[in-house]
Amino acid sequence: MDDDVLTIGGHGFTSRLFTGTGKFADDARIPRMLASSGSQMITVALRRIDAEAGPGNVLDHIPPGVTLLPNTSGARTAEEAVRIARIARAAGCGDFIKIEVITDTKYLMPDNWETLKATGILAEEGFVVLPYVLPDLTLAKRLEDAGAAAVMPLGAPIGSNRGLETASLIALLIENCRVPVVVDAGIGRPSHAAAAMEMGADAVLVNTAIATAEDPVAMGRAFALAVTAGRMAFLARMAEESREARASSPLTGFLGAED
Amino acid sequence: MQITINGQLERIAQETLEEMVRRKGLAPEHLVLEHNREVVPRERWAQVALQEGDVVELLRFVGGG
Repeated sequence: MDDDVLTIGGHGFTSRLFTGTGKFADDARIPRMLASSGSQMITVALRRIDAEAGPGNVLDHIPPGVTLLPNTSGARTAEEAVRIARIARAAGCGDFIKIEVITDTKYLMPDNWETLKATGILAEEGFVVLPYVLPDLTLAKRLEDAGAAAVMPLGAPIGSNRGLETASLIALLIENCRVPVVVDAGIGRPSHAAAAMEMGADAVLVNTAIATAEDPVAMGRAFALAVTAGRMAFLARMAEESREARASSPLTGFLGAED
Repeated sequence: MQITINGQLERIAQETLEEMVRRKGLAPEHLVLEHNREVVPRERWAQVALQEGDVVELLRFVGGG
């Protein structure tokens, strides 16, 4: 598995578990979670000062070597997303950007149209663009054409922990996209992450399920193992399902049987 | 003069970005400062004097998913 490298934007990742920095009861757990999970890419948000919780800077808790994936959460239009991306890059966060454009506050559904617009602009400016979207194949192809480095379809609404409710649509993306497919949002359990990887997803992004677990450090490890297991199963090509039983032991040659 | 900081109008005396940050008691190492839509690196804050009508955003990175 060591030579199984996921390349996005010229960077190689041997861990296919991307993580987030939101909702940790104590940000000091973030570096320990990164160590236990082996995650090599983590997303952060940008906000006006005083708008949200306490002092300090979340970047202080992210060790060097972990790729930063600033996100454009809070953006309601392509223009706002582009502005946030430019600020993040100018502030020294590198070229990666997760585009998140949301106007729906109840379900936090991404605005696919504004996301596509922002993707085109930022890809043109040399950003490594990872758009967070509803799993729509036509949109995904347009995102590829616009220069997206990956697509990040949601499994279920952000923070809902409901798993792969959109699995059949994600499968279409996996089968047809040239760029990596990273399942983002909704993954609530390691088994959900494993299922996404078994389907052939290139990676998953998990935040809430790790950050709000009673022990985020142990949960990070649990997700890492699940992602590795799911990926290994995908590469090993799983056996087929059958409606009827197929005996695993030979049904002949019992003791006392007649010839 | 009047400027806009994080969407709020503020009446200020003549000052540089550096002085404004200090006056507000903000830790500079945690701050991303956008001045008229351009991110200004910390080492240049002392050289930029605020002008009437300027728009400043004081930002920082926070946890997010």
